[in-house]
Amino acid sequence: MNWTWFHRLASPPHIYRIAGTLTPWFAWPAGLLIVTALYAGLVLAPPDYQQGEGFRIIYVHAPSAWLSVMVYGVMATAAAVGLIWRMKVAHAVAASCAGIGAWFTVVSLITGMLWGKPMWGTYWVWDPRLTAQLILLFLFFGYMGLRAGIDDLGRADRASAVLAIIGVINIPIIRYSVEWWNSIHQAPSVMKMDRPSMPMDMLLPLLMMLLGFTLYFAAVLLVRLRAEILRRERSAGWLKEALR
Amino acid sequence: MSAPTLIVATTLPRVGVLAACAQVLRRDLRLAVRRPTQLIQPLVFFAVVTLLFPLGYTPELGKLRAIAPGVLWVAALLASMLTLDSLFREDATDGTLEQFVVSGQPLVALLAAKTLAHWLLTGLPLTLMAPILGIALGVPTAAMPGILFALGLGSITLSLIGAMGAGLTLGVRRGGVLLSLLTLPLAVPVLVFGARATELAIAGDSLTGPLYLLGALAVLGVTLAPLAAAAAVRIGLE
Repeated sequence: MNWTWFHRLASPPHIYRIAGTLTPWFAWPAGLLIVTALYAGLVLAPPDYQQGEGFRIIYVHAPSAWLSVMVYGVMATAAAVGLIWRMKVAHAVAASCAGIGAWFTVVSLITGMLWGKPMWGTYWVWDPRLTAQLILLFLFFGYMGLRAGIDDLGRADRASAVLAIIGVINIPIIRYSVEWWNSIHQAPSVMKMDRPSMPMDMLLPLLMMLLGFTLYFAAVLLVRLRAEILRRERSAGWLKEALR
Repeated sequence: MSAPTLIVATTLPRVGVLAACAQVLRRDLRLAVRRPTQLIQPLVFFAVVTLLFPLGYTPELGKLRAIAPGVLWVAALLASMLTLDSLFREDATDGTLEQFVVSGQPLVALLAAKTLAHWLLTGLPLTLMAPILGIALGVPTAAMPGILFALGLGSITLSLIGAMGAGLTLGVRRGGVLLSLLTLPLAVPVLVFGARATELAIAGDSLTGPLYLLGALAVLGVTLAPLAAAAAVRIGLE
């Protein structure tokens, strides 16, 4: 099998160029999908029979919650690749992921709280999913803190990579334990209705939003990756050439 | 770095892994006994934090009994966290850890021995002290064996998680707060299952369920945490 494509991925100038070319290919579809899905979700979809119009926040809440976990997965995968194959670009990808993931987590927490006000009558309930998101946010903060705390770039890369991998093993355990903890302390909440599978005109905008958010993540990741490569390679010769 | 490792390894007299671990364990225990204040401080911290609750909340034993599991576990968690920063730092600055790396012995095993020493010096004393503090919180004596068992099992995992965090923050100059930020979210499952086991023990119910889960966490920790700690220490020493 030919592995040159893999080795070329390790070259910063190559990645810098590719990331620049690919960004609009992700950004435009992301923008189109999100705008269409917003219209479909906020205007076209019928109100929920139980929650009325309030349910519509799901079109922001669910995709960002989903993305927050996925970004952690991408970050840990990139970190593992960087650790195993000593690939500097992979570490740059992991570093660019952390901030995006933390923001998705914050967005999912805020929208979750806003959704909680009409549904539960209070902004915060120790709901297992909200709690797990909060802990995920602290995991992101820990990762960013460790990265910022170590001066030497190579050491920061590898130490934070080990932390990301530890985190990825722990996330399922934390989620499970929080769910278990919640099931003892709280009666099953109203939210835990057995959803008779969502009708198509509600589900379709959600799926479009999910795809749109994922593409948006890819686009932002590429932009941040380019910035990260610029920062890391600021003294390299190829940069002068590329920026001319 | 790998070349000198090989040379040293072939010239040193071969000592078995277990013998090397025993030496590390003995050294850490002896060092701790020579400096007993470090041994006692976490215990005092544990006691002070626990006894703040009757003062800050209510002296009524019935109400205190309801929050006792959470108070005991959070206080024990914080007390064991306090001792983590010194787990590897001194040995890193005086070169002991580097000697570990070049000794030709598996670093994983030596760090596991150090973690065991940490548990013997903090986790175990904290566990043994918990029943005394439990009395102050109105915990019935019948619940004491359950509390001892749960804290004993849980603190093993806490020491292991702490060893990973201490290894990762070796390269950070003032790592104390960051160390807590890294390890506390990872300790959530231990806290959940441990506090639940304690709650069941106080209520007089069977606590085998959460104890099994605590045991599972400890087994997972023993299996994987020393590997992660060794990887972290290697990176920190570079």
